[in-house]
Parts: sequence; C-alpha cells; structure tokens
Amino acid sequence: MKRKGLKITKVIMNGEEMERTINRMVHEIIERVGPKKNVAIVGIRTRGVHIAERILKKIQELEKVKVASGTIDIALYRDDFFKGLASPEVGPSNLNFNVDGANIVLVDDVLYTGRTVRAAIDAVMDYGRPASIMYAALVDRGHRELPIQPDFVGKAVQTGENEAVAVYLKEVDDDDKVVVGEK
Amino acid sequence: MKHLLGIENLNRDQIMHILETAVSFEEINQRQIKKVPTLKGLSVINFFAEPSTRTRMSFEVAEKRLSADSYNIAVSGSAITKGETLSDTALNLQAMAPDCLIIRHAVSGTPHMLAQIMDCSIINAGDGFHEHPTQALLDAYTIQKKKGKLDGLKVALMGDIAHSRVARSNIHLLTKTGSHVTVAGPATMIPKDIKKLGVEVTYDPKEAVKDADIVMMLRIQEERESGLMYPDRREYAKFFCLDEKLLSYAKPDATVMHPGPANRGVEIDDNIMDGDRSVILEQVANGVAVRMAVLYLLLGGSNS
Repeated sequence: MKRKGLKITKVIMNGEEMERTINRMVHEIIERVGPKKNVAIVGIRTRGVHIAERILKKIQELEKVKVASGTIDIALYRDDFFKGLASPEVGPSNLNFNVDGANIVLVDDVLYTGRTVRAAIDAVMDYGRPASIMYAALVDRGHRELPIQPDFVGKAVQTGENEAVAVYLKEVDDDDKVVVGEK
Repeated sequence: MKHLLGIENLNRDQIMHILETAVSFEEINQRQIKKVPTLKGLSVINFFAEPSTRTRMSFEVAEKRLSADSYNIAVSGSAITKGETLSDTALNLQAMAPDCLIIRHAVSGTPHMLAQIMDCSIINAGDGFHEHPTQALLDAYTIQKKKGKLDGLKVALMGDIAHSRVARSNIHLLTKTGSHVTVAGPATMIPKDIKKLGVEVTYDPKEAVKDADIVMMLRIQEERESGLMYPDRREYAKFFCLDEKLLSYAKPDATVMHPGPANRGVEIDDNIMDGDRSVILEQVANGVAVRMAVLYLLLGGSNS
C-alpha cells in the first residue's frame, strides 16, 4: 500500500459505511454461491486477507455452515518483476482445502488495473482446477488494463490516473475507511 | 545485492531477510504443482568444477521451480580440459548473456574473480577452503526452524575446520546473529588464527559438545587433506566420531547437523545419523527453499 506521502483529498467510505458495504457484499455472495458446494473465500495479501476474514465470518454466522478459506500472495506471479523495481516482499500463500472443483471467491481491497487479480488467478490455478473463480473487490476505481470484471463490488468510484485509493482496516491500521488522495 | 559471494560481507539484516523470504518458498515445495512463473525467461548456468550431488541438484531444483532456464557445465565435458583458462571460459559464457552463474571451484576466490569480469549475478556454491554461503544459510534456516531463534545458542562445530568452507561460512553467520560457536578437532585441523573469527577453540570433543544446542559435524575431506593430519580413519573415529556417548554431553534436545556427504562411522555414528535428533535430511529439504529465496532476491530487479 502506498500510504506514505499520500495526501488525502477525500474520504469516500467511513467505518459505518464499510460495514454496511461488506454486509451487502456478503448477501450478494451468499445469493450467488448459496446453492453451490465447496465454496472457499480466499483473500489476496495483504489487505484482501482481512476483508476476506470479515466476509467469511459473516457468511458462517448467517448460513451456519463452515466455509473453507485461504490466503494468496501474488508476489511470485507479478508481471512487472523485471521492470527494475525492488523485489516485492513475498509472503506465504495458504490454501488448505482441495482446490480441485472448489468455487473460489477471491477478495481484494482495491480493483485498479486488474493485474493483481490476474496474478491471483494464476496462483490459484497452480494449486489445482477450481470449478469456478469469482472476484470481490471493496473498491473498483477503474482504469483497467486487462479484460477483468468483478463479480461483487463494494463501491465503484471515478478516479484520475494520478490519484491513489487507499483502504484502511482496523486489523492493521487505526480505523476503517477508504480514502482518495494524491500520489 | 547482485552477487552472493560469501557470508562474511553480509550484515545481519541481509541474512535475516534471506531467511524470511525462504519461508514463502518452502510452501511451494509442498504443493502438488511445485512451480511458480517468477523467473520465466532468465538463464542460470550451473558451473560445478568440483563434484557435487546435493548442492548442484538443489540449485537446479530451485531454478526449475522458479521457471528459470538452467544449464549445467561439468569440467570433464568442457573446454577447460583442452586448456582454456577459466577467465576465457567465463567471458565466452558471458557472451551468451546468462542472468546468473552458480560456481563451485577448488580455488578460493574464484567467484569473486568471476564477479569482476562477468556482468551476470554470481552465486558462490563453494570455493576452495573459503566459503559456501548457501550451505550456511540453509543451516541457519534449519536451526531457526528447530530452535525458533539464531541468537544465544551454543553451537559445536567439529571436524576438519581448516579445510572446511562450510565451517567458515557457518562461523561468519552464527557469530553475526549472536550465537556462541565452539570449534573442535585434531590440532592439525584447527587453523591457528581461527579465534579471530570470534569462536572458541578446543581439542577436546566432549568440551565442545558440552551443553550444546546444536552439534554440527563436518566431513573428513580426504581429497583435500595431505594424509598427515591424522593417523587413520579408525583413530580419528575413536576420538571424534559423534556417537551416543559423545552426544550425551550435549543438551537433551540438541540438534545434530551434517552438511553431507557423511562418512558413516568416521565423523558420525549410524545411530546418530539416522536418529531422531538428526536433521540432516531436513537440511537438504530446506536447501531448496533457501536457494530459491537467494535466486529470487538476486535476480529480482534493483534491490538494496
């Protein structure tokens, strides 16, 4: 997350709104995957993991079933490895369920170019052949560079290329909020 | 960091960063599909001018699991047997634009020389009596997994310290991370100035092993030794072979390590080597993850 040096211009979601947004996403996910078996909620590191945990908890409370979960780290699947950037920190991936035949919901905080979720799809495929992969993003800020469309969106916002969108989560930051700022 | 030539010129943070990165790669080795696309399109040459099973295989596995293209050169099949100098060989390899060269050579300092004349990253896979940095890193990774830390441990390092690059790299690493190293062996096998590296020296194996958390045995390297260092293998084994009795001086939960290949019954007894305190095969398994981490960090763009 590029938080350092970010000049916040607008708060587009506060804590209360975030909770409501995630609640709505949970209901949409249940509606879509409800009849399906082998559902798994997989967070993309790092902030997608915390959003995925919140979604998982709520689905289990509402549906009173145990749902599989996992985390995925995309550092090894990036397409900008040779762009002269510093090696991204790698963290462990953890998919402790049978990926073959699973219906996987990938969860991330911000959908931007689509390159992150492209990498995440590749990473999941290295574990097996899921029946389906869906994609949930808390914020869709546009400017796609790949033909990627989310299945569940918390909030879609118009942003400029030189703006940055940052999601703050209680688990790792001070509070829950989504902000737009200048890079 | 562009090259990995030795542990001596690394600082503690760099060492810990490599070890932390290796954790993520260990998971890949447990997957059904043990491959990630990270180093796709990069060429890595494995140039082993000395025999090797473990290290060469381990590097090759690491390279392939990261999707790099790996090429192997053996001296017996190379133009070196026709009289080409090493630097000419290196410049010719350089002309084929590899991204990384893994070098093992009997002459200390060879990787450093190659790093000066080649453009690619150089990884030292063992140079003479000097260093074997990836072995020390995988040993440290194994220790950390077993003991949960790398500082404050008592480590006994026993055998032919004089001829051992494994010993030198491990001494550098373990003293940098704050462990206490005692070296032991016959007086002919202990270099005079080894204390300068911050270790304690004893010629009594019992004293070295006493209360040790880690007992690291080194191989008797007959191919390097002059034949005057000890009377014979039986005599050496009588004093320095790690058996139940000698190991009983260590802490009850002591971990036994050996970089391989081991001479069973000479420096280490069968029962100990195959026993439940031995992590010798775990060292080998961890070696792949650690070498993946090193390749990833060296070849991944411009890092600090």
